[in-house]
Amino acid sequence: MSGAGPEILGLDGADAPMADCVLSSRVRLARNLIGFSFVNRSSQEALADVVHRVQSARLGGPFESGVRWVNIQGTSPADRLLLFERNLISRPFVEATHPRCVAISADESTSVMVNEEDHLRLQMLAPGMQLRALSERMIALDGSIERSLEYAYHPRFGYLTACTTNLGTGIRVSAMLHLPGLSMVQELERVQRASKELHLAIRGFHGEGTDALGDFYQISNQKTLGRSERDIVEEFAGGIVPQFVEYERSARRALLERDPDALDDRVHRALGILRACRLLSLEEAVKFLSRLRLGVALGRVPGIQLGLVNRLLLEVQPAHLARATGGQVGNGRDDRAARAEFVRSSLR
Amino acid sequence: MERPCDCCPNPAVVHETIVRNGVKAEVHLCAEHAVERGYILPTNAGPALVVGKLLEKATQAAARSVKCCRNCGMTMPSLRESGLVGCAECYRVFEEELGPLVERTQDGATAHVGRHPTHAADLIDRAAVRNRLARELREAVSREEYERAARLRDEMLSLGIDGAGEAEPA
Repeated sequence: MSGAGPEILGLDGADAPMADCVLSSRVRLARNLIGFSFVNRSSQEALADVVHRVQSARLGGPFESGVRWVNIQGTSPADRLLLFERNLISRPFVEATHPRCVAISADESTSVMVNEEDHLRLQMLAPGMQLRALSERMIALDGSIERSLEYAYHPRFGYLTACTTNLGTGIRVSAMLHLPGLSMVQELERVQRASKELHLAIRGFHGEGTDALGDFYQISNQKTLGRSERDIVEEFAGGIVPQFVEYERSARRALLERDPDALDDRVHRALGILRACRLLSLEEAVKFLSRLRLGVALGRVPGIQLGLVNRLLLEVQPAHLARATGGQVGNGRDDRAARAEFVRSSLR
Repeated sequence: MERPCDCCPNPAVVHETIVRNGVKAEVHLCAEHAVERGYILPTNAGPALVVGKLLEKATQAAARSVKCCRNCGMTMPSLRESGLVGCAECYRVFEEELGPLVERTQDGATAHVGRHPTHAADLIDRAAVRNRLARELREAVSREEYERAARLRDEMLSLGIDGAGEAEPA
């Protein structure tokens, strides 16, 4: 992939940097086009025009090796949910009713939502902690798109966005942290306090407004104005994320030193339930997979790879499960039975 | 030439002068926006609507902000209510009002630092940015807002601007 920036490591995340404590990292940019009102003040016709304009542009970057355009209005609810679970589109984008579409790169690392809160939401996702590589590729992609589409910009406020919380660089960098060690030593409250002091947003498994299932926490920058893209990324990649990871690793070391049997018991009980259960809710699945993930990351569960656990965390979600088992999304008891069977057979 | 509506390019049919706190402001609206803002009534309005509209107009007149974006019709009250800016032009029309709002939501930052689109290179008037930051710095120091002053100073340094001795053009 020449000219697309540094290569992104790992397919299922097992080899990615800091994969023991970081599930994934993400960079996104918010952009609006000159000549159109923002999405919240646009007519349906104008929004359809924006879609057309972006679809006619050459996106470049990771899209050079293939692009899939998905018109969300013409997509079934199950398929929309599938895209959401894969982090390719946001929750508001699933639920909106106006003309909108998403471009997805062949490797699914990159997506461009057209007519989310802003005309363009560019985002790149990678397993583990790869924020520097991602941001370099993102800036290359942004530069490439800008050759065919003109962005709204103001000399004082920078790249213009519908919400002032995204103004300036329009960049949001985030890392999905796995912090079961800190949870077990009851240090999570301190983590949340530290996040507040560092002006970070801390969210749950599926971003804004969601709970922290299975001790997965997404941290991201809140401030997008007054600091360069490079400084924002560097603060995360060189400071904040490695510090959180070191804190989590020291909690894990302490747990192992203090009482390895208790830790092993917790991990293997989780594995036992996942291998034997007959009904499994999503919340339970994430909770026990989180415990299993801790054990695998610490080398306490021979024969199970981190990549498998990462994949299962994705595949136990409703739309993925329905696709894998041929069922329907959100079928209550059937859903739980199908999830239990799927997990059992995957961990056999 | 006919005067256009404050909110859209259509010709204005309602003209009103408002004096508030000794400050005179003019309002020019087309028929559609005049109805929307309660200056005139739709032609098919019944008596209840007439009274309602008159009351609404009487109670809202003092508080009404007449400034609105000519491109998308956004006003500051509706912007505050939705939390969303309507278009790029809004940032120019409401620059003064948005400044403090932006500063609050962006943890004290007042201006962009970083990349810009190629087409905007000429827009970046470094002298204007320098003067604005220098003015805000002087104000912060005079109000003894030292934390804000330090932030502004950092912002100037990151832009390669030395604030010392900067003065606004007369």
